[in-house]
Amino acid sequence: MTKTTYREALREGLREALAGDDRVVLLGEDVGAYGGSFAVSLGLLEQFGPDRVVDTPLSESAFVGAAIGAAMGGIRPIVEIMTVNFSLLALDQIVNNAATYLHMSGGQIHVPVVIRMTTGAGRQLAAQHSHSFEGIYAHIPGLRVVAPATLEDARGMLATALADPDPVVIFEHAALLPMAGDLADDAGAVDLDRAAVRREGTDVTLVSYGARLHTCLEAAEALAADGVSAEVVDLRTLRPLDLPTILASVARTHRAVVVDEAWRTGGIGAEVAAAICEHTFWDLDAPVARVATLEVPIPYAIHLEAAALPQAADVVAAARAVVA
Amino acid sequence: MDERWSWYRQMVRIRRFEERCVELYSATKIRGFLHLYIGEEAVAAGVMSRLRPDDAVVATYRDHGHAIAKGVSMRAVMAEMFGKVDGCSRGRGGSMHLFDVAHGLYGGNAIVGGGLPIAAGLAWADRRLGRDRVTACFFGEGAVAEGEFHETLNLASLWKLPVLFCCENNLYAMGTEIAHEQADLDLTVKASGYALPAWSVDGMDVEAVAAATERALASIRAGGGPVFLELKTFRFRAHSMYDPDRYRTSAEIEHWKERDPLLVLEERLRADAAAGDDVDARFAEVAAEVDAEVDDAVAFADAAELEPVEELTRWVHADDSSVPRQEVVR
Repeated sequence: MTKTTYREALREGLREALAGDDRVVLLGEDVGAYGGSFAVSLGLLEQFGPDRVVDTPLSESAFVGAAIGAAMGGIRPIVEIMTVNFSLLALDQIVNNAATYLHMSGGQIHVPVVIRMTTGAGRQLAAQHSHSFEGIYAHIPGLRVVAPATLEDARGMLATALADPDPVVIFEHAALLPMAGDLADDAGAVDLDRAAVRREGTDVTLVSYGARLHTCLEAAEALAADGVSAEVVDLRTLRPLDLPTILASVARTHRAVVVDEAWRTGGIGAEVAAAICEHTFWDLDAPVARVATLEVPIPYAIHLEAAALPQAADVVAAARAVVA
Repeated sequence: MDERWSWYRQMVRIRRFEERCVELYSATKIRGFLHLYIGEEAVAAGVMSRLRPDDAVVATYRDHGHAIAKGVSMRAVMAEMFGKVDGCSRGRGGSMHLFDVAHGLYGGNAIVGGGLPIAAGLAWADRRLGRDRVTACFFGEGAVAEGEFHETLNLASLWKLPVLFCCENNLYAMGTEIAHEQADLDLTVKASGYALPAWSVDGMDVEAVAAATERALASIRAGGGPVFLELKTFRFRAHSMYDPDRYRTSAEIEHWKERDPLLVLEERLRADAAAGDDVDARFAEVAAEVDAEVDDAVAFADAAELEPVEELTRWVHADDSSVPRQEVVR
């Protein structure tokens, strides 16, 4: 085992990808000389040189589109967008091109591009750096969307994404970057297909992903002290959703709380809650509950930001209500 | 043989093919949007005549001319417009999204400006993989107002990518005249701002288009980075079959028809004909041969099969993806 952080695990995943295949390039704003705006790619320019670790102009649509075109042309680009908020400037390329070309061309055009970006709030960065737009991408057929919440997934999702013949979008939660822990020395590629039960329990299922997984784990600990046994499911893959794992857990516990850092309306949490209602309605002992971010732009002030975001206490309250 | 005859044939092929498409649209064999290239044939015929077969093309939604001139068979294009599985995109793209990677055609793009970053990326991959290939990227003057135009010209010039940017300036961005959407009507000035060669060319003169393309490609293949061509042209038909064309006068259209690229070339061929050479008979011969090719394409498209509905969910992800083929959920 090695002591590491989520940030370092991401970096080792990148290092392994660049070292293992000459066709792999990393491009994006400040990935090179600056070391990555979140220091994820620190040192990679020095190791692999400017042809492999490529700083781009502040042109999200052009460099994401160029990565898509380059993937069509036979190389394996990993494109980093600083945050999901900025990715909206490249949404045309991702949604109208990367996600459609294979189908629209009748199977001729493959787009094996990996698009990484940070997401999430919790650092007092206000409304243009803090939103969670994963649901926009998870809405799109043709994309595979994943969100690592653990060191193992931060280390291993990239390799599997690169091996995928289709576009993969990876959401790295910025608040998790300093998260430290032990990682197996032989940690490597992980599957992108399955949700994971991160804590077993019998009374209620808490479903989440990314940073809010840890909110749920904290809530489960508090609930245990009250004698409520909560199971915690980490979605890991936001598209396609691993419904069998989610539904099997709810079928065991008969209660579900869906926790989403995005807004409630029309998001991934809504999709998960709908799927639970659709498929396990007769197993449920209580209505599905949801805990989501308050429907406001995320504010700067620390107390307002905290009040807007789902906190462990909110999850505990929702879980108590459904087990009551 | 005088290359002008092969350009002439190519332009007639595009013209007659599209004239038949209009009839087939009225007959409801073709539906959806149909954007005609009639009047602009010299651009595709001229540029493609200087590309190599393995050079790449990224086109727009007005892409029949690009596809045909790049070597895609009329059969495959017509079957695509009929929505048949033998179409070049299996009937999934239709008129606006003709794909044929075997002929270097990386698709008609229906988002104005959306193809430019893709072209830059294809060119970047070529350079990284050591492939001696140029990507020609077509777009209209309307795209020059899009951010993707500016972002991509900057990126391509900065990285010295082997891209030929072909701006088909037909003066109208759908119904908006260029004077109402561009602060500076000289498009080469904008392109020059990104430190790349930018030339304006008579897009109704196929010989001028081919000559400019040849010069541009020599510079690109020598490692000089991208070149921007503004090809001044005009569409004789409305924007699409839905367009009543209220924003142009018939006088303007008639004025441009005097410079019909076919007439321009016919006049030269006539003027340069050797004594005793019956040029008009040769024009008629080309027309008859092309009509036979169009007839064959229509018969092929008519007889072709529809893609089975069971295949609808195929290629949302690759066949070898671990994502299971999605059930069609309603």
